[in-house]
Amino acid sequence: MPLKLTRAVFASLTVLFLIAPLIAILPLAFTSSVILTYPIPSWSLRWFEELFTADAWRRAIVNSLIIGGGTTAVATALGTAASLGLRNHLLFFRGSFRTLFLLPMVVPAVVLGVGLQVLLARLGLANSYAGVIIAHTVVAVPFVVVSVTGALSGIDKRVELAAQSLGAAPATVFRRVTLPLAMPGVLSGAVLAFATSLDEVVLTLFVAGPNQRTLARQMFSSIRENISPAIAAAAFLFIAATVAIGLVVVLSRSMMAKRR
Amino acid sequence: MAEFIRFDQITKFYGALCVVENLTLGIEKGEFVSLLGPSGSGKTTLLMMLAGFEAPTSGEIVVNGLAINGVPTHKRDMGVVFQSYALFPHMSVGENIAFPLQMRGTARAEIEQRVARALDMVQLSALRDRWPSQLSGGQQQRVALARALVFEPRVVLMDEPLGALDKQLREQMQLDIRDLHRRLGLTIVFVTHDQSEALTMSDRVAVFNKGKIEQIGTPRQVYDQPATRFVAEFIGETNLVEGVVERVSGGEALVKLPSGATLCAVADSAVAGQTVHLSIRPERIDLSDSRRPGGNSLETEVTDSVYQGDHLRVQLKNPAHPLIAKLGRRSQEYPPGTKIYASFAADDCRVIAP
Repeated sequence: MPLKLTRAVFASLTVLFLIAPLIAILPLAFTSSVILTYPIPSWSLRWFEELFTADAWRRAIVNSLIIGGGTTAVATALGTAASLGLRNHLLFFRGSFRTLFLLPMVVPAVVLGVGLQVLLARLGLANSYAGVIIAHTVVAVPFVVVSVTGALSGIDKRVELAAQSLGAAPATVFRRVTLPLAMPGVLSGAVLAFATSLDEVVLTLFVAGPNQRTLARQMFSSIRENISPAIAAAAFLFIAATVAIGLVVVLSRSMMAKRR
Repeated sequence: MAEFIRFDQITKFYGALCVVENLTLGIEKGEFVSLLGPSGSGKTTLLMMLAGFEAPTSGEIVVNGLAINGVPTHKRDMGVVFQSYALFPHMSVGENIAFPLQMRGTARAEIEQRVARALDMVQLSALRDRWPSQLSGGQQQRVALARALVFEPRVVLMDEPLGALDKQLREQMQLDIRDLHRRLGLTIVFVTHDQSEALTMSDRVAVFNKGKIEQIGTPRQVYDQPATRFVAEFIGETNLVEGVVERVSGGEALVKLPSGATLCAVADSAVAGQTVHLSIRPERIDLSDSRRPGGNSLETEVTDSVYQGDHLRVQLKNPAHPLIAKLGRRSQEYPPGTKIYASFAADDCRVIAP
């Protein structure tokens, strides 16, 4: 019994440690005060109003959605294709290739940022949506690769062989069997890609122009200029959106799982 | 009858490892052929090459007079049943069975009918809308069978399809598949490592060892007339006795054992002076108190006897070799130490190629 208790306490402390920053910031989203501090004088939704009416914030939200959406689409397509390619046993240096795809996860964002800035300027994509989407895709692809590779490795190879023997051409096997079976992994990869893009500040600082200011970037700069509770309201939106997407994925997964 | 499928001098290497070596095998239309052997003997690889999942390193596979080496799997028109069932987990039972028909562009109404008929054939009509995960192993395998048969393929390939089922179910499925084979006139190539399964179901059994076929013949032939030591030991249980050929006449050989006793044995090819093995099936041995006139009799002593329900298994010791005898249930008990004669007909004692 004491062991069980210790475990429970330890688990609670760990969870607390992880969500303490959220607990600290979230109530401030509903403050009526003009500065980001406790104690809260009274409750109000004025900062959400500010978020959706002030031009800078509204544009930042729209930009985040555009760039996040673009990144999700490109990273999911590329990451899924890469995972499929990495399944090929005939591929030489398969392990090295896999590591290469995961490299952006460990390379310091500052290094990537400088490199991308130089590269995108050369390509004439500096200060453009396409440029920011490309930059975000670089850091989002590894998440898709990890997630889809996991899903693919769970597929019994013989199921695909069976489909072939039953008369399905390779493209049909992919469309009717492989992709549907890997779909949970593709979906969670897409969500992770979107979350990565939403959250990305460092690369954005390097490659985005004033017109591509994302929500994260806007929070970052406004916290230096004025410590307005609008930041807390933006953070609240962030978390709510992430939790909502997460729930959708979990629900759709469990629905798919029920069918098996 | 003309050969429908022909493996012509097939060799398959995985890297430096030779898994199938210069193998030639013909299969007739409507025949049920089992590829029987231990794991790693090349039987599954041969089946995978026929299905098109693997390509032979050299040699040709001919079906219906046409070489199919370059034909991709999906155009080979062969139904494959795997040990792991390999059902599509994201499709219902009905959708699984409809899949091969959809691939062939069959009209919707006809698909309905044929799926219904296939389900009826494997007695699963009630489960049409279930998901594979909701079925038992035996039901899943019946769905896989229906899926492999519904498009009336020219050959059905089965890779240890019953290996994952428990004994009782396996025996029922063996009879079901044998019945389907007869009713529908299917050509079936069946891979198994279970010798009793191969004997139960097949028209012919090909016994594999180390990438080669040791013997091919009817179940009766491979059991009663094993050509090699491997076949004699792999199929059923046997007593192997070593001896030297004294003389050969008209297909019979007189073999002298190290103990000095001589045995009369059937020999296809044996030369006087040669050291050979004799194979004697345990159930062909009779025990008696006195030497039997005519036939072979060895003087032995009982070391142990075990009652196994349908038969009594007696272990015998004779000066040259231990022997095992299986006796019918009406036999008496033989306490250890009993001196007794083990007798068997010359026909039941065969000279085996070394």
